[in-house]
Parts: sequence; C-alpha cells; structure tokens
Amino acid sequence: MPRRADLRSVLVIGSGPIVIGQACEFDYSGTQACRVLKAEGLRVILVNSNPATIMTDPEFADVTYIEPITPDYVEAIIAKERPDALLPTMGGQTALNTAMALHTSGVLEKYGVELIGAGAAAIEAGEDRQRFKEVVERCGAEVPRSRICHSMDDCLAAAEDLGYPVVVRPSFTMGGLGSGVAYDEADLHRIAGAGMQYSMTSEVLLEESVLGWKEIELELMRDRRDNVVVVCSIENVDPMGVHTGDSITIAPALTLTDREYQRLRDVGIAVIREVGVDTGGSNIQFAIHPDNGRIVVIELNPRVSRSSALASKATGFPIAKIATRLAIGYSLDEIPNEITQKTPASFEPTVDYIVTKVPRFAFEKFPAADPTLTTTMKSVGEAMAIGRNFTESLQKALRSLEKRDASFHWNGEPPAGAELERLLEEVRRPTDDRMLKVQQAIRGGATVEQLYEVTRIDPWFLDQIVLLDEIAQQVRDAEALTPELLREAKRHGFSDAQLGDLRHLSADVVRGVRHALGVRPVYKTVDTCAAQFAATTPYHYSSYDEENEVAPSDGRKVIILGAGPNRIGQGVEFDYSCVHASFALRDAGFETVMVNCNPETVSTDYDTSDRLYFEPLTLEDVLEIVHAEQRSGEVAGVIVQLGGQTPLGLAAGLKAAGVPIVGTTPEAIHLAEERGAFGRVLAAAGLPAPKHGTASSFPEAKVIADEIGYPVLVRPSYVLGGRGMEIVYDEEMLEDYIGRATAVSPEHPVLVDRFLDDAIEIDVDALYDGTELYLGGIMEHIEEAGIHSGDSACVLPPVTLGTEELGRVRESTEAIARGVGVRGLLNVQFALASGILYVLEANPRASRTAPFVSKATAVPLAKAAARIMMGSSIAELRAEGALPRAGDGGTLPDDAPMSVKEAVLPFKRFRTPHGKVVDTLLGPEMRSTGEVMGIDTTFPYAFAKSQVAVGGGLPDSGRVFVSVADGDKRAIVFPVQRLVALGFEVLATEGTAQVLRRHGIESTVVRKRSQGAGADGEPTIVERIEAGEVDMVVNTPSGPAARHDGYEIRAAITAVDRPIVTTVQQFAAAVQAIEAGRNEPIRVTALQEHARRLTAGRAALMEGAR
Amino acid sequence: MTRAILVLEDGRSWNGRAYGAEGSTTGEVVFTTGMTGYQETLTDPSYHRQIVVMTAPHIGNTGVNDEDSESRRIWPSGFVVRDPARRASNWRSQRELVDELRAHGIVGISGVDTRAVTRHVREHGAMRGGVFSGAAADRPEAELVAEVLASPTMIGRHLYSEVTTVEPYVVPAIGEKRFTVAAIDLGIKSMTPHRMAQQGMEVHVLPGDATLDDVLAVSPDGVFVSNAPGDPATATGPIELVREVLRRGLPIFGICFGHQVLGQALGFDTYKLVYGHRGINQPVMDLETRRVEVTAHNHGFALALPGEGSRLPEDEATRESWVGGPPGREGRTVATEFGRVQVSHVCLNDGVIEGLRCLDVPAFSVQYHPEAAAGPHDARYLFARFADLMAEVSSRSSADAAAPAPSAVPSPTSTVKEA
Repeated sequence: MPRRADLRSVLVIGSGPIVIGQACEFDYSGTQACRVLKAEGLRVILVNSNPATIMTDPEFADVTYIEPITPDYVEAIIAKERPDALLPTMGGQTALNTAMALHTSGVLEKYGVELIGAGAAAIEAGEDRQRFKEVVERCGAEVPRSRICHSMDDCLAAAEDLGYPVVVRPSFTMGGLGSGVAYDEADLHRIAGAGMQYSMTSEVLLEESVLGWKEIELELMRDRRDNVVVVCSIENVDPMGVHTGDSITIAPALTLTDREYQRLRDVGIAVIREVGVDTGGSNIQFAIHPDNGRIVVIELNPRVSRSSALASKATGFPIAKIATRLAIGYSLDEIPNEITQKTPASFEPTVDYIVTKVPRFAFEKFPAADPTLTTTMKSVGEAMAIGRNFTESLQKALRSLEKRDASFHWNGEPPAGAELERLLEEVRRPTDDRMLKVQQAIRGGATVEQLYEVTRIDPWFLDQIVLLDEIAQQVRDAEALTPELLREAKRHGFSDAQLGDLRHLSADVVRGVRHALGVRPVYKTVDTCAAQFAATTPYHYSSYDEENEVAPSDGRKVIILGAGPNRIGQGVEFDYSCVHASFALRDAGFETVMVNCNPETVSTDYDTSDRLYFEPLTLEDVLEIVHAEQRSGEVAGVIVQLGGQTPLGLAAGLKAAGVPIVGTTPEAIHLAEERGAFGRVLAAAGLPAPKHGTASSFPEAKVIADEIGYPVLVRPSYVLGGRGMEIVYDEEMLEDYIGRATAVSPEHPVLVDRFLDDAIEIDVDALYDGTELYLGGIMEHIEEAGIHSGDSACVLPPVTLGTEELGRVRESTEAIARGVGVRGLLNVQFALASGILYVLEANPRASRTAPFVSKATAVPLAKAAARIMMGSSIAELRAEGALPRAGDGGTLPDDAPMSVKEAVLPFKRFRTPHGKVVDTLLGPEMRSTGEVMGIDTTFPYAFAKSQVAVGGGLPDSGRVFVSVADGDKRAIVFPVQRLVALGFEVLATEGTAQVLRRHGIESTVVRKRSQGAGADGEPTIVERIEAGEVDMVVNTPSGPAARHDGYEIRAAITAVDRPIVTTVQQFAAAVQAIEAGRNEPIRVTALQEHARRLTAGRAALMEGAR
Repeated sequence: MTRAILVLEDGRSWNGRAYGAEGSTTGEVVFTTGMTGYQETLTDPSYHRQIVVMTAPHIGNTGVNDEDSESRRIWPSGFVVRDPARRASNWRSQRELVDELRAHGIVGISGVDTRAVTRHVREHGAMRGGVFSGAAADRPEAELVAEVLASPTMIGRHLYSEVTTVEPYVVPAIGEKRFTVAAIDLGIKSMTPHRMAQQGMEVHVLPGDATLDDVLAVSPDGVFVSNAPGDPATATGPIELVREVLRRGLPIFGICFGHQVLGQALGFDTYKLVYGHRGINQPVMDLETRRVEVTAHNHGFALALPGEGSRLPEDEATRESWVGGPPGREGRTVATEFGRVQVSHVCLNDGVIEGLRCLDVPAFSVQYHPEAAAGPHDARYLFARFADLMAEVSSRSSADAAAPAPSAVPSPTSTVKEA
C-alpha cells in the first residue's frame, strides 16, 4: 500500500517544554516525523512551544508555530492552515490530550481534520482503565485483579480474596491523595478507612499488588495491512513498583525463555489489535510473577514514548520515523530498513549486545523531597550504554551518568556487621542509589539470596554484580596488571579510574599501562540484525572484544562531544547546538562524528552525523574514540564547546593527551572559568564585577564576606546550573553553608560574591572569530538578579534598556570575547544596578539560551559557531548568507517580534516524605527542567503566551491573593489597581491590605495560616487555596527568616495547579499579560513569517544606513 | 579455566574457554540470531552435525527445563557462545545449561567474539569448522585445520537417518479426533505433532525410511513431511514416497526439509544458501494475502524454480520479482508433472522461496517453521490450513468417489485465532 494520495498537509503536535516524564525523546520523535513528512512531499505544519527543540527549527516544517499547545491555540492554527490530517502520536501525552480535546469539542470535525496514527477510539481504549481492562480480557489476558469497596467489611473481604499486600486507591481524589499499599489488616484499616473519608463517594478501589514482580515492556508496530512486529523487549532490572522511567532497564530481556517471551508477544499483538491502534508504535507493559510466571498487563501507550526512543536507539530501528510512514499509508514491507538498505522494515530486530539505560535524578536540587522511587516518575534524564554483555553495558551506563558516586567502587573498608545489616535494610526501599548499595552489600559479603529477598531484583542480575566483585578482587590481589587480567576487567566494563582505585594508581597510569600492553577497545556496529546483513550506517559502540568495525575514511573528520544525560541545567538546548554543528559542518564538507550517551536526543539518531559513537563522555572513552578515528583517517578537530559543561570539563585532559581541540582553547576556557584569571581579564578591560573573593574555609569566607558586606552569593567553582549556589544573609548562614558544602578544598574553593539587590540581569549570546563580534541577542530578565538565569523569564529584545546601556553591553561583551580569546560562542551575564553594568560571569561555550536567541532572531547561531571553530570568519559567514549581511541581534529592526522565554519548574513532582509539595521559591540554584517561548508583536501578548504555554495560563478573572515582602509593597500598588479595574477580587493579608487601602484599593483580608481559623470558622488562606477558591497567588519572599507561611501558600497553590508569581517584576508583566489576553483575540504567527519580517526589516535598515 | 579454540576450514581461528564437554568436534559452522530459545535450538534435530554460533551474547540465563525441549537430546556437534550464564534464573528452570551440555557430551567454546565469527561466515559462507578444548586445544593449529578439512561437507550429506525415530509412535489428538496424519520424521520437532494434535489430528510419527505401505497402513487423511538436517538432494526415499502420495491424491503438508522434499517431488531443484536462514525474526510474505509473518527459520538449502539453475541470486531484484507489482498479484505459477504449482511465500530479506502451493493436487509446504519453538506464532494458521485441506479432500471423496483429482489447497481464509 503506497502513500495515501488524499493527504497533502499534516499538523504535527510537539510535546512542549521538557518536564519530568516528557523530555527530549519527543524532540527526537517529532524531528523524525517532520523529516519523513517533508521528504514525502507533504506540507508540514508544526506546533510546539519549546524553542530549545530541533524540530522547531524553521527548516524542519513548512510552517512552524512556537505557540502554546492548548486546544484554543491549536484550533487557531488549524483554522489558519487547514491541514488534512493531525498526527497526535509524536508529542507524548501533551499532544495526545490536545488532539483528544480537539476531537471531543468537534474542532477536528468542523475543519475536516483526520486523526492519523491513532484514532480517538484507540486513544480512549488505551487511556480509560475500565475499557482497557475489558480489551485485555477479550484478548484472553489479565490485568491486576481489583474490587470496588464501600465499607470496611467489603475491604476486608476483598483483601482476603486479592491477598496482601493490596493497593488502596480512593475514588475521585486528586493526585493520588489517600492511596497507599496495605501489607496487613492493620494497614488496611488505617489506609482504606482514611481513603473512604477522602473519597466523596466513600469508595475505594482495592487492587492486587504487583510490587516486586518482574517488569517487561514490548515496543510494537502495526501497519494498515495488520502486520505487527515487536521491535524490542525491555526488561526492568528494578522490579514493579518503580516507574519504568526511574528504573534501570535493559534490552533485550534476559531472563525469559522463548515460551514466556512468545506469550508476551501474542498478548501484546492481540491487545494492540483490540485497542485498535491502526498504524504506528505502541508500548505495552507487563508484570510477571517471579515464582509462577503469571502475567498481568499493566498498560499500553498508543503512541511513541520514552521507551520507544530507547528501543530505537537500542536496536537501530527508528520507530518514530517508521510510525510516521505507516500513518500516511505505507505498510512495513514497503519501508526499507535504512541500516541494511536491502531488507524491509517488516521484521523484528535482533541484537548481539546488551543495552542498559540508567536514570539520572536531581534530588540534590530538592533537598526536602522524598527520594523514594515510586510509580510517579522523578528522574530528569537518562543515559544509555551498549556493551557486548550486561556487566560491560551496566558499568558503561553508570559512568555515563557523570555523577560522583554513581559507579561501583571498592574504596574504603567493605561494609560489615551492623553496617551491612543497615544496607540490607535500606535496599528494601528503592532509591536513586540503590544499585550502588546493592554492590556495596555484595562487597560486604551479602548473598544473592539475601539481596533477592529484600530487593526482588532478579538473581541473575544480582549474580552479575557478584561477578564484578570477584573481578575487582582479582584486580586488587594480582601481583601485576597482566594483559589477560586487564582484558578480563575491561570486558566487564571496569574503567581506568576504577582499576586505578583498586590498584592505588591514577587513571592515567592505568591507561598508560593498558596502552603499553595493547589492551584497547574495538568498535562494533548497531545493525538491527546481529550481523546477519551488512550495515551501511556507522553507528558504533565500544567493547573489549576482538574485531574492530570502524571503516577507514578520507574525509576531514570533526568529532563533536555531546552533552550526556539530561539534567537540570544541561538539557536539550545543548543537544540542539551539537546537532546544528553537525549539520553545518556536514554541509561545509566535513565528516562529522558525534559522541553522546543520551538516548532521548536527536544527536544520537544514527543519521544526524556521518558517524555516531554511543559512548560515555568520560576522558577515557573519548580518548579511545579519538584514537580509533585517528587510525581510520584524519581528525581535524574535536569540538567541546557545544555540549555544555560535560565536554568542556574534558578539554584540558584531551589537550594534555595531544588531541586537537578546535574553537576556544582550553587555556581560554580556563581564563573564563577560573575566578582569579577572569578577574584579571575584566580588570584589563576596565569592566566592573561585583566584589568577590575565593575561599577554601569558613574563616577565609568570613573575611571576604565582612569586607564585601552581606548579603553575599556563595557557590562552588566550576559548576553548571548554579548547583549549590545560595544567597547568604549573615555570618551564621555562611558558616552553615560552608559546613554543608563538604567538598570544599583548595582545589575546589567556594566563590563569594557581593549580591546585587534590585539589579536587572542581562544575558548575552555572542559569536567571536578573533576580530569581529556578532551579538546574537540581548535578553533582559524579568525577575531581578539573584534568581538563576535558567529559572528566570527573559525577553528579547530588552524592553526597559536604553540605547546607551545596550551600547555598553556590546562593548563589554566584545572586550571579554577578546580578552578571553573566544573562537565561537560566548555567553555573558551582566547585572545592571544603579547605572553600573557589572559582569557576573562569562561562559565560552554554547549557552542554554542559544536556541531561543536563534529562533527569536532567525539566525542559526550554533551553526555559525561551528563554522567559526573550523576557521571561517564572521565576515565570510555574512558573505555566504549564514549570518545576516549587516547588523546583528543587538540591532534588531523596530518591528522585530518580542520573544519571551519562560522556565518550567518541576515542583509538583517532588513531595516531602509527608506528601507535601516542596517549596516553589526561586533562587540562585537552577531548578527548572525546561522552557517555553512566547513570540508576538508586543511584550504583554508574548508574555501572556509564555504563561499559557508553561501550563494553565493566567486567569482572566477571579480571585488573586497578594502577600508581599515589605520592600515590595510599594511596587505592587499599580498592578493591583489594574487587577481591580479588570474586575478581579483581591485577597490580602493584613499588612498588604493596609498598604492597598491607603492607596484606595479595596481588598479582602484573609487569615494567615499561622493565625489559624477564625472565631466563626473563617478559613485561612491556605485552606481557601486548597478549596480551589484562589486563581492566582502573588507571594514574594520576605527575607531570610523561615518564611513558613509563604511556603505553605506556595505549596498549596502549586498542588492545585494555579499560577504563582514570586517577584514583583513578574507580577507587573503578568498584569500586562492578563490585560492583553482579555482584550485581544488569540493570534498565531508562524516562525517563518516572523523571519520574513525580520529579513525585510534588516534590509530596510541596511537601506537606511546607506 | 580450560582453553578452547574454534578453527574454521579457511584457517580463521578464535581462542576462548572450554564450555560444556571438553574434547574435539567438527561440523558445519552456522550462526543463529534468536535472542530467546537456546533450549529449543539445541534440541532441534536440524542442527545435527552443525556447530551453532549464538549471536545473542548471554546464553543459559533461564537454565533448562523438562518442558521446552524439541526432541530427546541435544543435536549440534558444537556450541559457540560469548557469555555463558553463571547461574540460571527462571521459575521453570530445573538444571543449568552447562551441566546439560556436559551430560550430552557437547563440546562448546565461550568467550569468543561471536559477532566476528558471524560476520566471517556471512561474508565467506557457512563452512566446516571444529571446536577443540582441553588437551586438543594445544595441538598445532595446522593440524586442527587439517582435521576440519578432512571432515565431510554439508553438500551431499545424508543425515536424517541419524536423527529419525527408530520406532513409530502416536501423538493423540487433543480434544475430538478429526483426522489421522502420517508424519514422516526426518528430524521432527515435538512442537510440530503438538500443533497438529491441537487441530484434532492423531499424528502417527513414522521413521524416515517409511514406505508407502507403512504410510497407508495407518489410513491417513493426510501426510506430513518434517524438517531434517543435511542436504535435501540426498532425500531420494522421501521424495519418491511423496510422489506416490501425490499420485494418490492424499493431502500433503511439508515443513523445511519436508518443503524441499515436496518441491523436488514436483520437479524443483535445491541449492545451498551462502550462510542460510537461521533465527526467529525472518519476514515472510504470504503472496496471496500480502501479509507479513515474522517466522522461525533453520535452513541452509532452498528451492529453485525448475529449470532456473541450482542457484538463485539472493538479492533485492529477486525479491522484487516476487513481491513487486500491484497488490493482490499472486506468486509465480509453474507447470509440473502434478499440475500447476504456485510460489506462495517468499522471504522479504532476500527473495528466497519460502512456500509452495499446488493448485491441482492437495499439497502445500513452507520452508520455515510454523510450529516455531523457538519463535513467533504468526504462522500457526498453517496447521489449520492443513486441517481444512484434509477436510475438503475427505468430504469430496466421500461425496463423489468418482471425482477427478481433488483441486487446490483452500485459500488462506481459514485462520485460527492465536491461542
């Protein structure tokens, strides 16, 4: 069946901002979908609010809307573009939900838009628990047994039938309120009793617990001819009870016989047919009882997913790409397998290696959060590794996490006695470091049986860790490192660093010995077919095996080091820059070689670069790749500037090993990163910086702080995302900070800066080629300085800065670029306070904002940066059209669009052990997971769009609670007045209400939480928020004191998912946006349209200048 | 740790560790790409006299149980793996695989770059090899290569007599008995009679040298010809038997070697594939429904159209010659002594003929393994098709004893829902 002739245009919905549970895997799938549809000659209309994605680059769709993904906005796009079809399966739950809303409201029918990939009925059958249960039962399979109960007697009888433990789920409560696991009758009385109270229908669902069962997933594809294939099986090393996104998972499944596997396959195929997924990919999850093999179906997702991205990378079978082809009419046998080219896609990949995915968590950013892993996903990213066996794969994956203490170790004394007992108790509870604890317990002599008893991790996996322990002991006890011993240890994934620790040698010395003995990895190929057919795609992974498959090449190769697993502070934005560099350099005639270990990304798609190495980004692994590539041809250079702090941290080591680094040199990087050196650069250029000092102890820090004056900003050096950064208001807090920052040492000192109160923060992205500066864009932060730039909303072009100030920003940026010696991208952060432009920091690398600036100004900065690194000048790039002929991002035309970037914060995901949302207050440590962009002709409307895109949007009427710090009270008078004029009811605490009253603004006084309920039962503000009576909260921090009331308010509003404003600047912008949203109809403009206007504006400027 | 070495006839060798029994063994080196089902693979008689290379690196993880074996013993002459399990983990596991290999005297080798071996065999074709472990591994390599070269090649090798049952036996129908089937065991896997029994067939499994009289003695409604090891060209006895059965108008169903026997009886030629089809992920298209089945394969030889030479190019063009053209186009039909025969199934990877359907006599066959074990169940419907064929023939012959030769195999409309 060839492509459907009746489809001419398709609307693709992206997944919006990166949030926990929905990350850049959907950029990967959406990018693939767009590329396929375009290649098929269809008109592609794309909507995604996330500017950091590659899919929203103007070249991937015919029309690209960076607009909020809400039914209203998408309807406006449909009305304007009139697509024939909507592909809802590429953008995660966001796209699916939006498509369903458009279906339900009749919009799709009204405009004659067909859902392709998955129809409404299939989506419903997959999402609705009861309908799904019926589907599964019709397929002759089971779901976990459950009973609905209305009394304690019901519950007791049901539990008797289901067997303990049972899961208690009260009906009609929000966010899992009142649910829990009852292990015995006493638990049941407690949990179900409370549950029936919470439930407005006094109803609870008791469900058979599958905690501790084996968890297996299958990735399936189905086409219009009803051909179904299983692309990949995935086994969770962590058993049921931990969300698969938070589990260590492997592919293929390793502990099933063929009979058991084929049973899963039969059920999976029957269910995908019965659900009615017409074409495309689905993920189905099973739980298997480890003692008797009983299978229950947990869920099916009728769309591409995190698991399908993983499966695509794990097998080389590009699920999203093929799902898109199927959606427009092809059948599997008509689609070639791109890797073999000769064979069709209608087969089931088979692999001759083991893939391990490990999640990356960010609990250090949310100290109050409960780190227990549950069925709610909490990880922010993941790393994947490929090895020829499980141990090699697992150890590579753990070191790919690039996190201290993530890898297995044999340092210090093995745990014994009470400590071992404690470990065995601790591993009962799944946490982010459980696997490491398991390894330590094994090291201390715990048996596989003991550990299976407490963790339910399959004994086969536990035994593999015993194997690692045995090898570690051999390495430690051997007289010398023989080639045989080294090879054996390497076969099981030991790094040079681990071996060094075991032998009390440095990693460098181990590497030297290893190289002298000729023990080096070979590179194998991911080929979908276990070598049955020749592969044409150089998608490689390392293994200490025999045969090397890297082919020689004549090209001039550029190795681009990626960003590794997503984490807060280093996400899809860096992948964007790496991918752009690869595209630009391929176009410029280089052979590009990508190195990365993040399966969610576009960079690890095998056709992004000429070659792909799916490898950890450690010095050892990168050096081996460079060696392999140098043996197979000429390596023109290695790019470390684009993948964030990860590759930058490798620069010095690579340089020391003689690897050619292109772009900004490691010495120049040091000039920008090292405080003292950077201070000298600034001094030489005559640029002011906030007073600062470097301390390696509390007494040193105290001296500096006393001299600068409190408040001071303290942070460790060499970090990304403001990790560990805090504002310290007095000596006591300073001592406390130094005490907590355990790793402080002369090598890792703490930086102490003067904190600039009430400053405007300015962010600049620029290119420098050694002679000319291209100012990419100037962003003005909406929040004041002190909030991490990644968490702060910003606007481009700036809305409150004057020409003279902008001129100073340009001069300062150029002076820094020259002083540091930048070749490529540079990001500088300034703070404007009392007329003085302070330099806060400079980063000689791609920044988080590079994609946002590129989209706001219609100039691909990362592409230009890559070219500059390889020797092109800005003048040359201007001449060939890669950069505008004249002017830059600092000289935008007057009618340039206003772009607002807003951060998306994950607070709702994280709860304290008592179940309350963690504090939502912003600070100098970055905690956002992603961002959205609002782009429009005016700032208020652009800001309004950004707020809608970030979730929920601002209210257009209703009730606003205002409670601000004393210093902020003056600033809120005008915006509150506007709100009242717009018809809002204002609630305020006594102090704020009094200030408002004096300005003639009426407000309702509400009781603080600390005051408790009133004499006549008047509720406190927290209770009113929890009751859903408040539509927006304005609450600014009130100084260093405990601020407990504030926390309760912020937690409550976050829990009910309404907007919260925590700075006065943001409040002013919000009021403007509310007004714009009320007064103006929804309007949408494609990025390509904005770009046309910008180009015309630039031409007019040039004309005017002539 | 005992040393072992894998030696190929062209002189390539790999060092590794002894796995299973220690000693020396020779055979044809083939690779199989299934990620599950090593127990079924090892007990598949079609692997007799072959050294099997597992491309999946971890082998033995689920141990061995009494339920999953496809025959009474382990057949491969050698076993090559990368990472053998240190311990089994599965609720059905009863024994460790390594112990089972030792008990059956199977000489294996582990720690080998199995991917390198696979790539070598893929590029240079399946070839003879040997595994030598313990003291044998210390012999000069030239001597080992010489021993390999002295061993017989697979072409021209007659092997089914070594694996067939000595005594006939009966697998009773499950539920109501509808048919009696005479199954010629040239290396039958136990799942095959089981699948037939599920269709109400009482299966009389007969030794490979069964005569027409032996077959007729059980009064069969249909005859089944099984898979087998060795060169199908050597199967002169079964080929002659099948011609006799065809002449009598009895329904025939052949699998794998049985398909090659039917094909040769119809006048097709056989040829040796470069490295064969082995594994459980091979896409096969039913040319009539144009649906794709993911199937289990284990064949080193294949059928060629009569008069088209002993060797077909395995490439895209061949595949296109079958699959290309408008939807609904049926496979190519050739005229034979027994009437028209249609190519019903092809492998989408390389265009190899994977199924035949006789239009004028009640016979059909597939090159792959619808009984799977190991492998997906996509082709299980073929057993129902065999039942339908027998039902049609018997109803016709009882209704009109004077009717001419029964016609075509029924269309594949009758498929069973997967159990």
